[in-house]
Amino acid sequence: MRAGHAISRWLVLLVALHAIVIFAGFFAPYDPTEQERKNPYLPPMRLHCVDSQGHFHLRPFAYALNLREGSFDQYEEDTARLLPVKFFVLGANYRLLGLVPSRWHLFGADNERIYLLGSDSFGRDQLSRFLYGGRISLFTGLLGAGVTLFLGLFVGAVAGYYGGWRDDLLMRLAELFLALPWLYLLFALRAFLPLAVGPLQAFFLIVAVLGMVGWARPARLVRGVVLSAKERDFVRAARGFGATDGYLLRRHILPETSSVLLTQAAILVPQFVLAEMTLSFLGLGVPEPVPSWGNLLSSLQQYSVLVSYWWMYLPALIMLPFFVGYLGLGSVLQQRAEPSKIGR
Amino acid sequence: MMHYLLRRSVHAVFLLIGVSLLAFAFTVLAPGNYFDEMRLNPQITPETIAALRAQYELNQPLPIRYVHWVSSVLHGNMGFSFAYNTPVAPLLLVRARNTLLLTVTAMLLAWGIALPLGIWSAERFGRLSDRLVSWGTAALLVIPDLALALGLLVIAVKMGRFPIGGMVSLNFENLSLAGKLRDLGFHMALPVTALVLSVLPLLVEHVRAAVAEVLGAPFLLAAEGHGIPRRTLLYRYALPAAANPLISLFGFSMGTLLSGSLLVEVVMSWPGVGPFLLEAILARDIYVVIGGVLLSTLFLVGGNFLADLLLYWADPRIRTESNA
Repeated sequence: MRAGHAISRWLVLLVALHAIVIFAGFFAPYDPTEQERKNPYLPPMRLHCVDSQGHFHLRPFAYALNLREGSFDQYEEDTARLLPVKFFVLGANYRLLGLVPSRWHLFGADNERIYLLGSDSFGRDQLSRFLYGGRISLFTGLLGAGVTLFLGLFVGAVAGYYGGWRDDLLMRLAELFLALPWLYLLFALRAFLPLAVGPLQAFFLIVAVLGMVGWARPARLVRGVVLSAKERDFVRAARGFGATDGYLLRRHILPETSSVLLTQAAILVPQFVLAEMTLSFLGLGVPEPVPSWGNLLSSLQQYSVLVSYWWMYLPALIMLPFFVGYLGLGSVLQQRAEPSKIGR
Repeated sequence: MMHYLLRRSVHAVFLLIGVSLLAFAFTVLAPGNYFDEMRLNPQITPETIAALRAQYELNQPLPIRYVHWVSSVLHGNMGFSFAYNTPVAPLLLVRARNTLLLTVTAMLLAWGIALPLGIWSAERFGRLSDRLVSWGTAALLVIPDLALALGLLVIAVKMGRFPIGGMVSLNFENLSLAGKLRDLGFHMALPVTALVLSVLPLLVEHVRAAVAEVLGAPFLLAAEGHGIPRRTLLYRYALPAAANPLISLFGFSMGTLLSGSLLVEVVMSWPGVGPFLLEAILARDIYVVIGGVLLSTLFLVGGNFLADLLLYWADPRIRTESNA
């Protein structure tokens, strides 16, 4: 019972976080690719409720930023220009869920843009880029995990159910894939695929690569479950009644693998999100100007950015709740599946 | 003993052959090659490119290339790097040394911290201090490797104490031996910290779980009844009994560390296999890619081999089993 509660709690958290990313258009104040060239590397604006004269404002506001005298990248707050945060404002066009055209945004400001996470080298809003980037990163993770589990299920079922040479061949192949450190494997597979691709191709390319990288472990686990399930009495009885292989697999054996698959999914998704981040960070993934969590951080590879614009690191901190959600869900599922062990 | 070792070595060799075959199979699917870029250069004639392709056997069928590559490996060359215009092996060797320096140090440090911490935590199983350790490891586990490495860099820049990137300072050659070691140590501090922090949660959790499981065993209660001091009890009695799963974990943690080090090296510009491999991927320098991948397999296989040896030494059950 308690495990059930814990699972639903983590699920609620994850669904809420994903909803924010799915409706990025609404939650993000601006278009992620819209540039404001006169404002590169703006530091995050702080929200205030009390202004410099000590007056209290019910509506939170930010101060507009001005270049500090004699500097080219140091900004200071201009206490004369208040930017009150307005809620439910009309702004940049976007399509809700990719379908419904809309201009509504959760918040924004009149006249000037507010940058809660600062801006990047082109003066693009980091917060908007983070939210839109989450779409790419999380959905490569989710889709990649889907492909991986499908492959793993297929291979594991064939190996476990039919046995014999198929089993030998597939499991030896799995061993080869497990013999490589996963990041090396990821790199190797990526190395043999086209380098310069558009954002959409890159997305599907990464999903495919992730699917190839991860299938071996779930396949081995599924195989184990299938091996034990096919010897169960009710399965033998069904076979005695003339059930076909397809029916047995579909009706009796594969349902047994569901808890293994769920646990693996919770483990794989954050790992794959990280893999996408790594590839995009290194320039092997989703290319600019489309944001992803990886290429959002990649500007930190430049020493000058690292030294002068620390807030470019903030996205890495804000994405932590997503990882907390998945790890929490994964560990609860794992405890339910094998209470005695702390698995890998 | 010999039989056991032999079986593991044969297995490792087959694994390496398999990985190399797989890597070669993928090169066929790879679109483009190193010389494609030259076609854009008007100063290089198509004939030159064709000659180069022929020279490096890129127009040969795959089995022939594989055979030639294997013979090159046996000669200690591991193929030819187009970008560097030299055999791959010497290039890779230097990088491999740097990577090993990083990973082995991190490995020793991580285990050196994880063992006492895990045992300490297991001894207090369920108490507040134990739960604090669990919370700490969970918090570390949640931070993605990339965010961890970058975060360390950001902090280091703010502190201004540690060098950012590289392996040695510019004046390294002029330093005394002690100065050289100090310089190297300073440069290693950040990447090693990143690596240790990335594997530590996994290790501490496993040590804690394994030792906590043993601590309730009757033989330990008996030993405690005999008045054996707590320290000896934990390290001489409980730890060896809990060692079996931990030694397997040792092999596994090698893989995690290698993957982690690939990323950390690139982020912190450590001249190891990581940046080298990335560069080769971007240039389509395929033999370097294959060499790097094979090398990582070799490291991992080596780590597992070491774990097997340790297990053989530590667990009498395996000794008798494999001798029988």
